[in-house]
Amino acid sequence: MVNVTIDGNTIQVPERTRILDAARLVGVRIPTLCYWEGLNEIGACRVCVVEVEGYDKLFTACNNTVADGMVIRTNSPKARQARRTNVELILSEHNSNCATCVRSGSCELQAISQELNIRDLPFEKKIPAKKQTGSFPLVRDYSRCIKCMRCIQVCDKIQSSNIWDVVNTGAKTTVDVRDAYTLEDSSCALCGQCITHCPVGALHERDDVDRVIEAVGDPDRITVCQIAPAIRTAWGEPFGLTPELATVERMCKALKMAGVDYVFDTNFSADLTIMEEGSEFLNRLSASDARLPMFTSCCPGWVRFLKAHYPEFTENLSTAKSPQQMFGAVAKSYYAELLGVEPEKIFCFSIMPCLAKKHECAIPVLNDACGQPDVDVSLTTREADRLISLFNIVPAEIPEQPLDMPLGVGSGAGNIFGATGGVMEAALRTAYALVTGKNPDPDAFSAVRGMEGWKECAFDLGGKTLKIAVAHGLGNADKLLKAIKKGEVSYDFVEVMACPGGCVGGGGQPIHAQKFCAPERAEVLYRQDAAMALRFSHENPSITEIYRSYLGEPLGERSHHLLHTDHRAWKMPSEE
Amino acid sequence: MSRLSIVTVNRAQETVEELYKDAERRIQASQPGLCPVDLAATFVHICHAQSCGKCTPCRIGLGSLEGLIGQVLEGTATLETLDVIERTARSVFVSADCAIGQEAARMVLKGIRGFRDDYEEHVLHGRCLGVQNQPVPCVALCPAHVDIPGYISLIYEGRFADAVALIRKDNPLPSTCGLICEHPCEVRCRRTMVDDPINIRGLKRFACEHEGEIPTPKRAEATGKKVAVIGGGPSGLSAAYYLSLMGHSVTVYEQRKKPGGMLRYGIPSYRLPREALDHEIEGMKKAGFEIRCGVSVGTDVDMETLRSEYDAIYIAIGAHTDRKIGIEGEDAKGVISAVEMLRAIGDDEYPDYSGKKVVVVGGGNVAMDVARSAVRLGAAGVTVVYRRRKIDMTALPEEVEGAIADGCEILELHAPLSIEKNEAGEVDAIFLQPQIVGPVKWGRPAPVNAAQTPVRMECDLVLVAVGQGIDSQKFGDYGIPVKRGSILAAESGEIENMAGVFSGGDCVTGPATVIRAIAGGKVAAANIDEYLGFHHEIEANVELPRIRFDDHEPMGRVNMTERPAAERRCDFGLMENCMTGEEAHQEASRCLHCDHFGFGIFKGGREAKW
Repeated sequence: MVNVTIDGNTIQVPERTRILDAARLVGVRIPTLCYWEGLNEIGACRVCVVEVEGYDKLFTACNNTVADGMVIRTNSPKARQARRTNVELILSEHNSNCATCVRSGSCELQAISQELNIRDLPFEKKIPAKKQTGSFPLVRDYSRCIKCMRCIQVCDKIQSSNIWDVVNTGAKTTVDVRDAYTLEDSSCALCGQCITHCPVGALHERDDVDRVIEAVGDPDRITVCQIAPAIRTAWGEPFGLTPELATVERMCKALKMAGVDYVFDTNFSADLTIMEEGSEFLNRLSASDARLPMFTSCCPGWVRFLKAHYPEFTENLSTAKSPQQMFGAVAKSYYAELLGVEPEKIFCFSIMPCLAKKHECAIPVLNDACGQPDVDVSLTTREADRLISLFNIVPAEIPEQPLDMPLGVGSGAGNIFGATGGVMEAALRTAYALVTGKNPDPDAFSAVRGMEGWKECAFDLGGKTLKIAVAHGLGNADKLLKAIKKGEVSYDFVEVMACPGGCVGGGGQPIHAQKFCAPERAEVLYRQDAAMALRFSHENPSITEIYRSYLGEPLGERSHHLLHTDHRAWKMPSEE
Repeated sequence: MSRLSIVTVNRAQETVEELYKDAERRIQASQPGLCPVDLAATFVHICHAQSCGKCTPCRIGLGSLEGLIGQVLEGTATLETLDVIERTARSVFVSADCAIGQEAARMVLKGIRGFRDDYEEHVLHGRCLGVQNQPVPCVALCPAHVDIPGYISLIYEGRFADAVALIRKDNPLPSTCGLICEHPCEVRCRRTMVDDPINIRGLKRFACEHEGEIPTPKRAEATGKKVAVIGGGPSGLSAAYYLSLMGHSVTVYEQRKKPGGMLRYGIPSYRLPREALDHEIEGMKKAGFEIRCGVSVGTDVDMETLRSEYDAIYIAIGAHTDRKIGIEGEDAKGVISAVEMLRAIGDDEYPDYSGKKVVVVGGGNVAMDVARSAVRLGAAGVTVVYRRRKIDMTALPEEVEGAIADGCEILELHAPLSIEKNEAGEVDAIFLQPQIVGPVKWGRPAPVNAAQTPVRMECDLVLVAVGQGIDSQKFGDYGIPVKRGSILAAESGEIENMAGVFSGGDCVTGPATVIRAIAGGKVAAANIDEYLGFHHEIEANVELPRIRFDDHEPMGRVNMTERPAAERRCDFGLMENCMTGEEAHQEASRCLHCDHFGFGIFKGGREAKW
């Protein structure tokens, strides 16, 4: 233990305590900007500088530790002036047209500028002129980047994707795409983690809200919306709603008020995925020449990553489409028939915690229902919230409304798709029933839950021991693939979700500065699952009905046509 | 009214003079990887500030050039702009009245021709070629990437054994390097921006001398794999050391009587005492490898046998053959190659040069080694003959100065013409053609025959130090690819179409430095380990002290001192003195910790293992 004095308060702290953390112990929150605990502790913005007695120079609190007898002043005139100057300098290169910035209100630079009471700048503003061209789902705004380097760090250290890097030196230093000139040509998985780690509006999704608004206002189109499992854990956050209030039914009401014709649940098609993917897995297990392990294919970020970096494993991916795409295919076939309309009249959009879904729905081969895209537009949670705001709806003050039928019914198994381990758990619940003819305890496979990056389990399935693995975060997926490749591990079934924590931590979810929200959001999904009467995908009455009246059998001819895909039918840039 | 007055420097001018020095040091410490176009714009800006303003091309043209390069940097230029830059620079170059404008334009021209790719990348894609990489200068420039800021922080704390343990993670010959490393780590040391580079080599030597007993390193579990290392020099020993730590069974084949290679047979003991070398090698052997001396591969054992008996082979035979000057009379008795002379000394066979007049031909470090050795062997006079200027010598300046202090004469600008023999075929004299320094070629002024008649210099011995070759023929015959004597190996040490055979050190690079040879061995060890199907990691397990705060007020660098010339020139005892504890502590305190402060904490900082 060492004694330190911070702003006049003397305390004992363990050796090598960071100045930032020691200050918190005496009730002082030293402002930071580029810092992200454990990920970006590089002292780049120089906002957290403090004065240490005995030294003329200031030191950053985020990456320096206390020493015995150290006397620190976090807000001395010198520290305050330097901090202010540094924020002013950052602002001089930042497009601070906040009124039109997507991050206004959740911007960390805006917050610190307000905190420091900065009203005008003593410097001439010089805003980088470079603009991103094209229509990639991930957009980088060069005029807003403050070079905090968080995007580089999360992409390298957490996602092992290495898409971003520092380019140029001196005054021209900026962040740009590595090994390619555009994101389109890069191996970007579209996980969107760089967005949720960006302190400002320099990274955001391509905004597709207007396309939905246009469809909603078009009397000739029937708008059909699907809501992904993870949305119900987070959509209410910007409105100040607790998860208990931010139900999928309340979101349904808001969307209906905005003019959406039918609101359904992606949990339904998650259950459908389990039927198809589960059956495919059992087939692969019994076939002598099938590729194992089978990889889940629900997460398009993961599919993009695998195809870009490990294309040799493409055939290990389940051929089952993701729940988003299964829903679209069903909406424009089965549901169009139920409505008695031409499928082309239907405008199907999804609300997803995800950017990769924007790419996925636009893959040209995913048009199996009628030749048009099965899903027309995919919105992120954030865009959906903006849509609701745009219609001046106050979510806290509106009632709930049940989802439409029959595609609005999902099981608890479908519900947990939004958290790491959820797809595996849902699949095992149904696979057990398919193999043994009786349902397991719905919580029998809960060992796959939790935030450990790479989980392994073995389960008994009708006398055969099944070895499974679950990974989340592409860095963990990368390690897992390397280990499989080297023959260090072997599994029968592997679930991967690109984002840390799974979709609940998705790159399209609401942003909270320097906070990893996935663990508590995942808890919401598991609580909802536990409270549901329907906990098995194969017991979902709408699923039973669609197979009885339309699809026939899982892996049957119609299922094959509508619900499965060939992952080799499109290419990542590195595959070409 | 006085007719004349003494020019006094005013305060502003004095300050500017200081700033010039600051700027010079800054440029000296420039890190690699900077944008060349940005630098070109900066240089032309400085040049423009030097313009007196009298003449059009310089007064206006330099500003226009800066503006055009600025457009390239801003991304508003086209490929046509590059032509305008070149045309304008050319006009300024040929029409400026004095060097201020002419040389500024020449710098721009040099750049637009020398790194046109970078210019075009900026125009077409708005960025520099390559990815920004500004790592810790000392670590990046050390071929073995030793954790220099790490061990300096340990020296500051007085943890000398830990400091050496940390060095050994990347360099298993710390004592040797503490004494004789060429210290490329110091070249771009960022401390130079404040005052002078850190004396890194001196600190390393201090730590090694205070390490205590060399500990027995921990070895990984035995793998059952066998590796043969051909050559017991620094590269071979380094590979053997790390491969042994990784659990492989390693045998080193050394053709001479003792291991050490050029460390023993090329470097005289007044720079690297034999006891220090023996101690170091004994310490390395604690890693568990075996050295078989007196075994020449290709003569006593052939490559086929080695390949059948071992799972992998590392060839590190060094560069031990001599090169001839190629002049008449070179076959005379008394013409001795540096390699031959130093090899004999390496085996403790000291010849007696008492009363002899010695001429040394060459200007590199080896020439200095033989010249200074000749002094110690009792020579009556030693003259180093070099065809270029003293300042152009490739030997380290301190080596040249040391040789002079030891009593050697330096005869610059004299090219050997021929050697005169007596009836017995012994050297009588050497004829030298005086040179005049001429035009700059490849960055160095080339010597040209002067309009003077040759001079005759009487001498008894001519020591030839004009480079070394590689004795690679036996390996070439076996099928190893060889080009101009050098073994062709990839950067990984692998040899094409020769699975399991690796090569590195001087026999691949040509005669180079000990630290490059060590790095070659380290690289080969890692890749041989992978080749054998393993992925052992080498780490030090040393916890570093807390990062220390400092204001970095300018403070002088502690330089190494030497025994007085009159004393040291009489024996082969170590010439250089070690730092004192007080000096080492102060010198260690000067380290800026670029691994923590600056880009190093973001990228290219500490590598805890490899």
